Amino acid sequence: MKLTKTLLATTALGLSAASVMADGHMSSDMTLVSWGGAYQASQSAAYSDPYVAMNEGVTVTWDESSAEAVAKLRAMNEAGSITWDVVDVVAADALRLCDEGLALEIDADEQLAPAPDGTSAEDDFGDLLVGDCFIPQIVYSTTFGYRTDLVPEGVDAPDDICDVFDLETYPGMRALEKRPINNVEWALLCDGVAKEDVYDVLSTEEGQEQALAKLDTIRDSVIWWSAGADTPQLLADGEVFMGSTYNGRLFAAIEEQDQPIGMMWDAQVFDLDGWIIPAGLSPEREARALDFVYFATDTQRLADQAKYISYGPARMSSAPLVGQHETLGIDMAPHMPTDPNNAANTFLYNYEFWADYRDDIDAKFQAWLAQ
Amino acid sequence: MSITTPNTPRSDLMTFTLPLTALLAAMFGFVGGNMIGHPWYGALIGAVIGAAVAFIVENNLSRRTAVRWGLIGAFAVAGFVFGNLGTAISGAIVGAVLGWAGYWLATGKYRAGVPVYYTAGQTLWHNAFLLICGFIFFFLIAPLFPVMWLSFNAQDFFTFTPEMLNFQAEGYSLKHYRDFLGTDEWMVPLKNSLIIAPIATVISVSLGTLAAVGLSQSHVPGRRAMMAILISPMIVPLIISATGMFFFYAPLGNWLEATLGLSQTFVGFVKVILAHAVLGIPFVIITVTATLVGFDNSLTRAAASMGSAPLPTFFKVQMPLIMPGVISGALFAFITSFDEVVVVLFVGSAQQQTLPWQMFTGLREQISPTILAAATVLVVMSILLLTTVELLRRRSERLRGLSPA
Repeated sequence: MKLTKTLLATTALGLSAASVMADGHMSSDMTLVSWGGAYQASQSAAYSDPYVAMNEGVTVTWDESSAEAVAKLRAMNEAGSITWDVVDVVAADALRLCDEGLALEIDADEQLAPAPDGTSAEDDFGDLLVGDCFIPQIVYSTTFGYRTDLVPEGVDAPDDICDVFDLETYPGMRALEKRPINNVEWALLCDGVAKEDVYDVLSTEEGQEQALAKLDTIRDSVIWWSAGADTPQLLADGEVFMGSTYNGRLFAAIEEQDQPIGMMWDAQVFDLDGWIIPAGLSPEREARALDFVYFATDTQRLADQAKYISYGPARMSSAPLVGQHETLGIDMAPHMPTDPNNAANTFLYNYEFWADYRDDIDAKFQAWLAQ
Repeated sequence: MSITTPNTPRSDLMTFTLPLTALLAAMFGFVGGNMIGHPWYGALIGAVIGAAVAFIVENNLSRRTAVRWGLIGAFAVAGFVFGNLGTAISGAIVGAVLGWAGYWLATGKYRAGVPVYYTAGQTLWHNAFLLICGFIFFFLIAPLFPVMWLSFNAQDFFTFTPEMLNFQAEGYSLKHYRDFLGTDEWMVPLKNSLIIAPIATVISVSLGTLAAVGLSQSHVPGRRAMMAILISPMIVPLIISATGMFFFYAPLGNWLEATLGLSQTFVGFVKVILAHAVLGIPFVIITVTATLVGFDNSLTRAAASMGSAPLPTFFKVQMPLIMPGVISGALFAFITSFDEVVVVLFVGSAQQQTLPWQMFTGLREQISPTILAAATVLVVMSILLLTTVELLRRRSERLRGLSPA
């Protein structure tokens, strides 16, 4: 008796929750997937908080699963139960998901907001609209930070990518990402290969050997990282002298945490991060996701995000609107990877090359690591 | 003096107390010297100091309290002179240990715990055994202390800052506890964990106890096979169970949502709770089966002979007697669910984010000491929970006239 009553009560509860959910043509629950940390906090403050304030009754849940977004979306698709509505991924993952039909194709001019001056979204995002499903959000870079207090006396602070490979002038440990991307490019640059030839050389067997041989020269002084938070932690501990990571993480460690760390922008590698909408959502959920993305990637919202974290907005029309840090009150423009002073020498990540060669070079790199 | 055990000769200074105290002090000296890069000089200086301590102790056997406090004070002052507040505290600890060890050796107290007929070798083994036990406890517990200490860090990194090591107030902060207790980022997962774990525990305890009672009857056919299947979630690698559960619960959830019109959030909780209940059942079965071994079946027959129906017999006679097994099974089931991260990552969606999930992603993506604050709160909560259960158990045993075990 009691059991039946409880069962009935819980069912009724579930039903009433369901009826609240269905308001017209858009669902009111939305699960956004991102990377956690300061980055997700900036998205929450700049995009989802104002969106919820404007659309009463909408609830947003964050899931910090972007690191395994591709695998999880595949599994969800196979199980026929997609619980995510909008997913933040790097451009390379977006391309893979799009190729596999797991992400919704987006018509930028139709489904994204035009710039305030009327420029179409397609022109406003420009080259950054890579792939048919990817909605660009930020430009970030992978670059180096170093401990200012561990620079040897009488030596200038490192300002050249090749200082990473110069153990004599700058002794100490380095933190590098535990994957070939970026590392092999930097190695070739410092082994006398011209910037425009890097990917040509890398596509040959000898070129790959050359890159690994260069990395071999510092191998005993490298700690390999796999999460973006590792390098700031290692730098704060003084365990490494310099290390690569995402520029926003270094900004947070330097400006928000007052760590004795300096930025070395030379040969920073640009990459893109943005949204995709999973394919196969119910029409109500898809409508809500598109509505959110339209709002969250307009000119003002992208500029707002730069108040919280030092990643460059993906729209050209957002750049002039970038202001000051929300709590520190410092100008954000000089901390952007795209700032002219920082972007004196940048390296462009080649999506097509890595799409073709990633598995091969990955295997070689891991074998080299295991030697 | 009463301290000396009457039937043992007083320890000899030159062949016993002095070398051992010097050796202990040399070890401290080695560690201390290591910090400034000269471990062997440190060991040498330590040995000399240890010998001096042994000499002082030997000549002041009756002034134990005064000498020990004097040693603590002297070492603390020495630590402060050569370093800072941190080394002063280390110095005080070294002084306390050396003073204690000196008197322990010199007064023959090291034989206090062994029978008088023990040889020197047996006494040595007895004390070595105690030392080993102490080390085991130390290595089990010690890793928790840096976690607790670092959770009061004023910085956002897992780093002992110089301010922390010098015990300066500005090196410490409660901000990570504020982050833990004051933000939805942590409070929502905590709430989810506190919803999922108790319900999953109730389900596993009810089903697990029933299964154990049934499987303990000798006339049940195929009980070994059934037992093996029920225990399997504990043996199969968790990642495999989790993958299987993901594909099993996804259509179930879709059906619940589509046919019964239940909300996605509600269905998500149902899925995670059921999955965790499955993980908890083996623990309940094992603990309850273990207590059922000692259960006297003539008691149920006696109850039946007096006209009691099976159900009242179970609740009034059998249940109270197997209660310890049920409770420890429930504790294991609760902790299994409360600690679980793999299955919930697969089966749950973001609305069911539990505390271990949040700690897992937090550790991977941001390495913030808020995780340490959360861990500290959880450790304190677990200790309180276990203490309460143990006290209640003793109380009920006292009330029922059973002597505490």
